[in-house]
Amino acid sequence: MAYRPLDYYDMNSLLTDEERMVQQTVREFVADQLMPIIRDCNRDARFPLELVPRCAELGLLGAPYPEKYGCASLGPIAYGLINQELERGDSGMRSFVSVQTGLVMYPILAYGTDAQKDYWLPKLAQGEKIGCFGLTEPDFGSNPGGMLTRAVDKGSHYVLAGTKAWITNGTIADVAIVWAKLDGEIRGFIVETNREGFSAPEIKNKFSLRASVTSDLILQDVEIPKENLLPGVKGLKGPLSCLTQARYGIAWGAVGAASAVFDEVLTYSLSRIQFDKPIASFQLVQNKLVWMATEITKSQLLVYRLGQLKAAGTMRAQHVSMAKRNNVGAALEIARVGRDILGANGISSEYHTFRHMNNLESVNTYEGTYDIHTLIIGEDLTGIAAFV
Amino acid sequence: MNILVLMKAVADSEATIKPAADGKSVALEGISWVIGPYDEYAIEEALQQRDASGSGEVVAVSFGGDDVPKVLRNALAMGADRAVHVKGTVSFDPLATARVLAAAVKGMNYDLILCGKQAIDHDHHAVGVMVAELLDIPSVSVVTKIERAGDKLKIEREVEGGVEIVETAMPCLLTCNKGLNEPRYASLKGIMAAKKKPMDEVAAESVASQVEVLSIQSRPPRQGGEIVGTGVEAVPALVKKLREEAKVI
Repeated sequence: MAYRPLDYYDMNSLLTDEERMVQQTVREFVADQLMPIIRDCNRDARFPLELVPRCAELGLLGAPYPEKYGCASLGPIAYGLINQELERGDSGMRSFVSVQTGLVMYPILAYGTDAQKDYWLPKLAQGEKIGCFGLTEPDFGSNPGGMLTRAVDKGSHYVLAGTKAWITNGTIADVAIVWAKLDGEIRGFIVETNREGFSAPEIKNKFSLRASVTSDLILQDVEIPKENLLPGVKGLKGPLSCLTQARYGIAWGAVGAASAVFDEVLTYSLSRIQFDKPIASFQLVQNKLVWMATEITKSQLLVYRLGQLKAAGTMRAQHVSMAKRNNVGAALEIARVGRDILGANGISSEYHTFRHMNNLESVNTYEGTYDIHTLIIGEDLTGIAAFV
Repeated sequence: MNILVLMKAVADSEATIKPAADGKSVALEGISWVIGPYDEYAIEEALQQRDASGSGEVVAVSFGGDDVPKVLRNALAMGADRAVHVKGTVSFDPLATARVLAAAVKGMNYDLILCGKQAIDHDHHAVGVMVAELLDIPSVSVVTKIERAGDKLKIEREVEGGVEIVETAMPCLLTCNKGLNEPRYASLKGIMAAKKKPMDEVAAESVASQVEVLSIQSRPPRQGGEIVGTGVEAVPALVKKLREEAKVI
């Protein structure tokens, strides 16, 4: 079945020709390359590594960044559309691209030296190197500032020690951006994963993001040269600024997952006959469809406006929190309601909705949980921090 | 090698096509326009031949109205060097279209002209070879393989039950079929670069259509099926109906 995404408010007419072409290219890529294999990838808990060169060829890795690093220099809305189209396929594929772009290339671009940028960015854009981002620890998730990972200055080099957890791409990464405390202050380090003392065991048996690699990072006194420190930032704002970039993509991505669910469920409700008529003719089902369509339309409007703010340079992290919180929360609820409309068929892997629902459980939690974003916006509105 | 690609903006194959209120044309509201799928093979082949030859340019040429520039932009995003929009209204008559295109490309510098074997809207399979006739150059249709041998081309084309291998000198015109190549996606860098590539607009020569469309009608809706019974017992009745009423076995 061809994918027919909901566009109730004709958002398409707001897009430029370039944005529309970017969307079309990624939509075709997902339909041709990802959809035929995603069921098996999900079942086998396998990330489709073979698609990384195709992603690179299309320019999906680091798409918003400058041409001199081999990137396409796309605007924020086009970048958002990439995420949306990828996540209509699977949150895992979108996660791969978000991490590479927003969490690995971004900190090197924003805080790295020219030598670091010139060396790493083209390789990451070409997919020659895969990156991961180490912030979260087993005991520090919503409270990353409490991290235990330490860097010690040994004069000629640094020594890193600690454990990171829930790291997308960890096991397949060539390079990790690791955040660690140096003299009590959070700093970013570029850590090649083949260094002595570094290991990244995969977290197995996940119920969610099964087509994505999730790992622990274990740093046992890993020695890294001085030039691997990201000099441009100190403190928690370093990693948080990266998260703002990635959350921006997630807010768009969630619209894709929700659209995929809605498309599948609407089609199903029109063809599934009970009591001699399509279940779409029952008021209770229509109520659910209308709610889903309205939430998707609201989500589309949020990210479109967010993209305008980003393009204008006036987007704040709290704006991103609102879109991430709303859109992922809505997408998760849409997937749950969608699964309900699919009835018993909804638990079969023949339908994509359950996979999206399971994935969105992770997406709702990672990069700032729904509740943490509530507190971020709450603090922004009231001036009162309610985190502790 | 300088290559011209003649391409047509056609309705996306996902689009629902309905007759317009006049009963003689197609309702165009809400249709999105794409490069004809066979024209995509032509563009891909042009890019590959250009790159293999190491020099020259690929020029995408399309005749039509305001929907054409968007579609030409796609060809530029795939890698064509520049585009020419021959602005005018396309009629039903393939000869009229061929005359317009031939007039538009006549002065251009080309070694090879490629186009799709057909546009998927009117399905004439005619415009390409007519353009070649009007330009007085050789043409080969329904091409599935092109090999360059000096200033000649060795070409494979599909015929009923087999492959025909022909040779022709350049300049020539080839109409491209599925199987010739695997068209690339427009890359994001290609899309951004396309903005900066030149697209010229020229007015289409005025050519009268010699064919008039009298009426466009939707197919009558399909009739509901008939259930002749269930289980093995129903098979004889079903076979009888298939043979005697449907006449398909």
